[in-house]
Amino acid sequence: MIEVRFHGRGGQGAVTAARMLAEAAFLEGKYAQAFPFFGAERRGAPVVAFARLDTRPVRLRSQIYEPDHVVVLDPTLLRAVNVTEGLKPGGLLVLNARERPGKLEAGRVVWVDATSIAVEEMGAPITNMAMLGAYVRASGEVSLESVLRAVGDYFRGKMGERNLRAIRRAYEEARE
Amino acid sequence: MRRLLNGNEAAALAAKLARVQVVSAYPITPQTVVVETLAKYVADGELEAEFVKVESEHSALSVCLGASATGARAFTATSSQGLMLMSEILYVVSGMRLPVVMANANRSLSAPLSIWNDQQDSLAVRDSGWIQLYCESNQEILDLLLQAFLLAERVSLPAMVCYDGYILSHTAEAVEVPEQAEVDAFLPPYSPSLKLDPDRPLTMGPVGVPEVYMEARYMQHRDTRRAREEFLRVAEEFGRRFGRRYGILEEYRTEGAELLLLTMGSLASTAKEAVDRCRERGEKVGLVKLTLYRPFPDGEVVEALKRAKVVGVLEKDISTGWMGALYTDTVAAFANESRRPLFQNFILGLGSRDVRLEDLEGIIGALRKAAEEGKVGENPRWVGLKGEMVE
Repeated sequence: MIEVRFHGRGGQGAVTAARMLAEAAFLEGKYAQAFPFFGAERRGAPVVAFARLDTRPVRLRSQIYEPDHVVVLDPTLLRAVNVTEGLKPGGLLVLNARERPGKLEAGRVVWVDATSIAVEEMGAPITNMAMLGAYVRASGEVSLESVLRAVGDYFRGKMGERNLRAIRRAYEEARE
Repeated sequence: MRRLLNGNEAAALAAKLARVQVVSAYPITPQTVVVETLAKYVADGELEAEFVKVESEHSALSVCLGASATGARAFTATSSQGLMLMSEILYVVSGMRLPVVMANANRSLSAPLSIWNDQQDSLAVRDSGWIQLYCESNQEILDLLLQAFLLAERVSLPAMVCYDGYILSHTAEAVEVPEQAEVDAFLPPYSPSLKLDPDRPLTMGPVGVPEVYMEARYMQHRDTRRAREEFLRVAEEFGRRFGRRYGILEEYRTEGAELLLLTMGSLASTAKEAVDRCRERGEKVGLVKLTLYRPFPDGEVVEALKRAKVVGVLEKDISTGWMGALYTDTVAAFANESRRPLFQNFILGLGSRDVRLEDLEGIIGALRKAAEEGKVGENPRWVGLKGEMVE
C-alpha cells in the first residue's frame, strides 16, 4: 500500500488532487481511498488531504502518519508546516518551487514551478492539477493517461481542458 | 457500475435510486453534500421529487412526516445538532408508524462544539422507535439505505441509516452502483393501505387517551422487535438480487476466538486489520460488527459472543456518568445467560479522536490480560486520552 499526503492551503484544491489520484488508480483497477484531514477548512489556511493506493481493498480508516509520498502545493508552506513529518525513510517529496530547493529530509525531492503553470494555464494560482502532474511523473504510481482521464471525466468543458494542460505541462517540467 | 464515491454521494445516490418522492432536509456538516446532491438531482430533472426547503431540521422531519402520511416515499438526512432538533418529531414519526428513511452522518454533540465524528447523536435517540443500521463502508451506505426503504415500508416503521461523519461521509472509495431497473425490481413503489387522502378522509395521530396509549406503545414495540426477522428477509432478497450479503451482524475470524471485539460502523474496517495482525501472531482474536442496532438483536449477539472468554465493546459514545450504550445493551442481553464472557467497555474516537491500529492492538492486549487474570481492568476504559488526563 502507498500512502500519500497532500499539503496545500484552503482553496488550492488539495482535497481534489487526492481524489483525482484515487480516481486514476481506480480506473487502473486498483483499490483507492481519498479523504481530507478532518479539520475546519478555511480559505488560505494550511490543509492536508490523503490518498491510499493498493492492489487489495483498503480497510485502514485511520489518518496517515507515515506517508510514503508527500506533495506540497504551496511553496510558503515549507516555512509554516513540517511537511516531511513522518515521511518514510527514502520517501518521495514533490514540491511546488520556482527553483531547485535546498536540502530537505526526504529520499527523493522532485520540484516544479506549479504556481507559474497554474497562472499561465488556468488563470489562477490553483496549483493542484500541476502538482498532480508532477507527482505522477515523480512516483509512477498511476499513468499520465489515467490521471488525464480521471480529471477529464470530473471537470468538463473549458475548465477540464485547462486542468489537463496544467497536468501535462507539469508532467513535462518536473525536475529532480 | 463501479464508481468512486464519498459516503454522502453514496447516500444521495441511494435515495435517488429509491425514487424518493419527497425530500426535506436542512444542511449541516458533515451531511450537507447529501442535501446539495439531492437538490441538484431534482433541479436537473434527474429525480422526480418534491424538494422542500425548510428553516430547520424540526421542520424538515415534520415535512417528511406529513409527506409520508399522504403515501409518499419521504427521505431526509442530518447530523448531530440537527438530529437533536428533530428529536421531538422522531417519536411522532415512529409512533404514527410512518416509514420515513433518514441518512445520519454521525457527528459529535456540543458542547464543546464539535463538527467531528462520533456516534453520540444517533445513540442519543436509540429509544425513539427508529430502526437503526450502522455502516462500515460507502458500499454499505448505499446498500443499507436501499434495504432500509423496503424494510421500513414493510414494517411501517421509520429507519435511520448511520454512517461515520468524515471517515465515510468525506472519504471517496469504490462503490458498486446498481442499475435503476434492478433497484426498481427490488423496491416497488410505496403504497400503504392507509394514507391521508381528501377523497377518503381519516384521522392520523390523534390523542392517545389513557385507555389506548399503552396498547399503541405495546404494538409499536412488538412490531419493532419483529423487524429483526423482516430485516433478514429483506437482506436475503437483496443478496439474491445484488450478490452482496448482509446480516444482523457480521462475524470476522471469530472461529475459536477467545477474545472478541464488538463494534459498529467504520471502525470495523480498521479493526479487521488489527484482528488479521493478531491472528498472524497466533492470537485467538475475532471481531463482531453489529449492523442492526435497533431493534437490538439480543439472540444473535449472545450467540456470536457467548463462546469468548473476554469481549471488548468498542464504541464512540458515552452515557455520561455510566457506560457506552452498546455495552449496556450487550450486557443486558446476557443478563440471564448462565455462561457468559467477561465484558470490558472501551470509549474511543469521540470528536474524531483518531483510532489507530496501535490503539486497537492495545485494546486486544488489555483483553488478553483480562482473560489471563479472570477479571477486567478499568471499565469503561477511555482509549487515546492524552497522558495527563489518565488517573
